[in-house]
Amino acid sequence: MRLYAMVAAGGFRRFATYRVATAAGVFTNSVFGFVLSYTYIALWDERPRLGGYSMDDALAYVWIGQALITVCGLMGGGFEDELIERIRTGDIAVDLYRPADLQAWWFSANAGRSAYQLLGRGVAPMALGALVFDFTLPSGPGRWLAFLLAVALGSTVGFALWYLVAMSAFWLLDGQGVVQVAWLGGLFFSGMLLPLNVFPGALGELARMLPWASLLQVPADVYLGRYGTGRELAGAYAFQGCWALVLLGAGRAAQAAATRKVVVQGG
Amino acid sequence: MVAGMWIRSTMTYRSSFVLTLVTSFCVTFFDFVVILLMFGQVRGLGGFSFAEVALLYGTAGTSFGIADLTMGSLQRMGKRVRDGSLDTFLMRPAPLLAQVAADKFALRRFGRVAQGLLVLVWSLVLLDVEWTPLRAVLLPVTVVCGAVIFGAVMVVGASALFWMQDAAEVTNSFTYGGNTLLQYPPTIFAQELVRGVVYVVPLAFVSWLPALYVLGRPAPAGVPEWAAFASPLVAAVSCGVAGLAWRAGIRSYRSTGS
Repeated sequence: MRLYAMVAAGGFRRFATYRVATAAGVFTNSVFGFVLSYTYIALWDERPRLGGYSMDDALAYVWIGQALITVCGLMGGGFEDELIERIRTGDIAVDLYRPADLQAWWFSANAGRSAYQLLGRGVAPMALGALVFDFTLPSGPGRWLAFLLAVALGSTVGFALWYLVAMSAFWLLDGQGVVQVAWLGGLFFSGMLLPLNVFPGALGELARMLPWASLLQVPADVYLGRYGTGRELAGAYAFQGCWALVLLGAGRAAQAAATRKVVVQGG
Repeated sequence: MVAGMWIRSTMTYRSSFVLTLVTSFCVTFFDFVVILLMFGQVRGLGGFSFAEVALLYGTAGTSFGIADLTMGSLQRMGKRVRDGSLDTFLMRPAPLLAQVAADKFALRRFGRVAQGLLVLVWSLVLLDVEWTPLRAVLLPVTVVCGAVIFGAVMVVGASALFWMQDAAEVTNSFTYGGNTLLQYPPTIFAQELVRGVVYVVPLAFVSWLPALYVLGRPAPAGVPEWAAFASPLVAAVSCGVAGLAWRAGIRSYRSTGS
């Protein structure tokens, strides 16, 4: 356990080193936050209470989305490129000899990264957004805590998804195609462009059942208090937790299959 | 030539390439699906009909697609400055900018151009524009000049990477962010923001100003009407600025010394 805690701390420190990159990321998230905010204002002006959100809720949703992009890996986990590169070049053989589990190792490193991104790239854009726009803030510290737990679960599901994507490189070598497909899924089905509650009919129902809903839609709804505090909130956590377990399990199975069958690239 | 090399390299993993090309098309297509979903809920956005928004989307998207196809690789240059592998390029007898632009040339980005063109054509079918020769000429000129302006912004952003190697994402907010901005009518944004993209970063000339003229709508932020025809001039000036920035960047380049 101590080993994994150290790996996580390393992940945190590693990303904390790139301060300019963090500042650049905050700037980009804020610009997108502004553009999206104005389109949402236009949309909610025409249709107040669209998807059950008030204008203030919708604006909060925009900035939560911008804050969570890197934390939950909406558009890329932030680690899969490196892992795929190690698989492609054969460096992965060294990793497999280490006295640590491959998936747990990367999970810890990613947890550290995720924690840093929450502080580095999550807080600043949200604070800026709250200064410029009137948006819904949680009613008390309890809701902030509930939100943080949902974010932690979302980040776990995000990791599990991208780990599975990276594992495909054992068979395909060039993971770019699968990465693109996963990116596409994340972009659309996480509800980053438009809340999943606004998606019509069957598409909306499907989108709310897919794992990507755990990354943004569920944490945002927890933040906005749509689940209340009791049973429904537990249900939301259970939804995220189930996807996390299923996807982590699938990643583990893929890893086991890969290490048994696949010949590592020499070089 | 460098681009050719990277195309051959991409083709080594053929199934992966087909997948990336298709998804590149889909990624941008989903972008448009969002607008479709929005219009499933409302009749107009900021006073603009669906066909009008589609025209804005199509012109901006095609311009951005072309710029991304040719210059999109520039944003990975920060890594080459950081690890010193830019030196290899400096030794080759070809212009640095051309080499960096063709670095990891990604043919899959063609999917974005195709999607933009598709929406553009679709919007023209839907729209009921009174075509004058002026408007008919203005549209293709807009797309080409728009691509040049986006390209110039990408070069300026890449030049900044000589000093701030990690700041590639700032360019994204002007290119990808600008593209998103231009896909919506200017009436929905705060007027300061609109002025910013007219006078500071001239993104409004990519599509807004000419497209609004084609639609017979007034230009935003108190800009005179002739500004719709200023795109070629703005594109030329942008290129000049980009060229100066790029030279200043190269001059300040110090290798890693490893």
